[in-house]
Amino acid sequence: MSTLRMFRKKPDDLGFLGKLGFYFLLILGALVSVFPFYWMFVVGTNDKGAVFHVPPLLTVGDQFFINFKRVLEKADFFQALGNSLFVSSMVTVSVVFFCTLAGYAFAKYEFPFKNALFVFVIATLIVPQQLGVLPTYVIMAKLHWIDSYKALIVPAMVNAFGIFWMRQYITSAVPTELIEAGRIDGGGHFRIFWNIAVPVITPAMATLGILNFMTVWNDFFWPLVVLKNKEHYTIQIALQQLFTTRDGLDYGMIMSATFTATLPLLIVFLLFSRWVIAGLTSGAIKS
Amino acid sequence: MAEPVITSPHAESKRPFLTEQRRSRITAYTFISPFFILFSIFGLYPIFFTFYLSFFKWDALNPMKFVGFKNYDLVTSDPTFWISFSNTLIMGLMGTVPQVMLALLLAVLLHSGMTKFKKTFRILYFMPNITSIVAVTLVFSTLFGNNGMINWMLNGLGLDSVAFNSGWWGVKIAISTMVMWRWTGYNAIIFLSGLQSIPMDLYESARIDGANRRQQLFSITLPLLKPFIIFVSLQSTIGALQLFTEPYVFLGQAGTGSTRQEGITMVTYLYSEAFRNGFFGTAAATAVMLFLVTILFSILNMLISRGTGGDTGGKKA
Repeated sequence: MSTLRMFRKKPDDLGFLGKLGFYFLLILGALVSVFPFYWMFVVGTNDKGAVFHVPPLLTVGDQFFINFKRVLEKADFFQALGNSLFVSSMVTVSVVFFCTLAGYAFAKYEFPFKNALFVFVIATLIVPQQLGVLPTYVIMAKLHWIDSYKALIVPAMVNAFGIFWMRQYITSAVPTELIEAGRIDGGGHFRIFWNIAVPVITPAMATLGILNFMTVWNDFFWPLVVLKNKEHYTIQIALQQLFTTRDGLDYGMIMSATFTATLPLLIVFLLFSRWVIAGLTSGAIKS
Repeated sequence: MAEPVITSPHAESKRPFLTEQRRSRITAYTFISPFFILFSIFGLYPIFFTFYLSFFKWDALNPMKFVGFKNYDLVTSDPTFWISFSNTLIMGLMGTVPQVMLALLLAVLLHSGMTKFKKTFRILYFMPNITSIVAVTLVFSTLFGNNGMINWMLNGLGLDSVAFNSGWWGVKIAISTMVMWRWTGYNAIIFLSGLQSIPMDLYESARIDGANRRQQLFSITLPLLKPFIIFVSLQSTIGALQLFTEPYVFLGQAGTGSTRQEGITMVTYLYSEAFRNGFFGTAAATAVMLFLVTILFSILNMLISRGTGGDTGGKKA
């Protein structure tokens, strides 16, 4: 009886059992999220048969370097890692620069058709990549860009999400009076952008950069279409190639490679997780 | 490039043509031009060309030949296309509906005032999303192996093993699980930011009026979360229709299996028509149909989310 009365008084207090249930579900969700990473490491550090051990092996082994040596025999792993690093960095630098410029223009300038152009930018977000993939491939062939990094970098150099995001941030973070003052002092438009706006919006630029880097790093479809030569493969294509074997799958090898390829991104994410999540959630607000 | 060409100081007062207003307009157009130039070449033009291409027979090498609607006939009379179509829808439903509900549940749990370690949970839930789909697929292909961990668990529960890498349903379950693992936490965090945007005093006044937890959920939380629910389900639907990497890698052993019937999707079909068989015309027709299906489902999705509002998520949460 007394518990019932307590419930009436504080309808949002779940009591001890309720709390226990809450945390049980939350922790279960977290375990499911993290377990595959651990499993990747377990398989990568144990010998060939470890994946299908009964009962499942859950302890870390000491075979990592032996497994990883087989990766190096099968693929130019570090070359692929380097390729991905190069392509992702180029795209990221370019995206951050051009999206910040465009976002700044949409936030702080007045010009004819501004709103219509901005709506157009947002509308392009809806169009699926696959709709234009064949003609884009043909364009790349005509430009002789097939099997080159240009095919991966140039079309991705600026994107609508980045423009949208920078505009949102600049609108609130950069005071218009400061820009006007700069103009009256005779500063050039680009100079004002660079010296007044950019220092204020560096956090937003960093977030956009990290989000973009991850997207490019993890892309699979387009590199698969345009890259032909082994030495140009990005890390995702190289990983997938390891899986394409006729003679029994060597999971120890595959997972040691997957783990090594995932680790850099994981570290970057854990270091900057606050920014990444902030960037992600503000992307949602557009709806 | 956006160089300050037009801002050289001596042009300021001597040339009346370049007024301050004109100059800032030109600057603005220069600043936004990279997007419009690149999008025209690699976005807009390809889209129109895809529609055009879908009426031609072409192998990307020899001259194009006009064939009218023949490509559409060819695609729609190909049983493999319809398998890819139904696979896409089935896996889309299996991967999306439970995913959105689970995400909503997790977000509500995380948001509830008593949750400690909120930040840590957010990071842990988001971790799957940073992994590449290729890596996710490789990891899950070990878990879903014939003697893999999932079957071991099923056996432990007294159930039969499932052929996750060859069975009709097995493959679909495995692939939708990968999709769910990667995106549930991501969506939960978007829902969480939605929940955090709801003003607390709404709950307080509801509590004063004697509303219990359930009533608060259905009459405050879910209705105010509606834009986020629409956003998440729209994004998930569009993503589900473009499913490619998971089935391609999961079934791609020995380089032949990606068009295997249990897991072929519309994008896999498109990819193999164009880049394996060299039929650019039928591939273009497939792309156009994929686009139409995407629009159709987006509209449907909007209508359902708008119509039922809170109810969509309310059943589970």
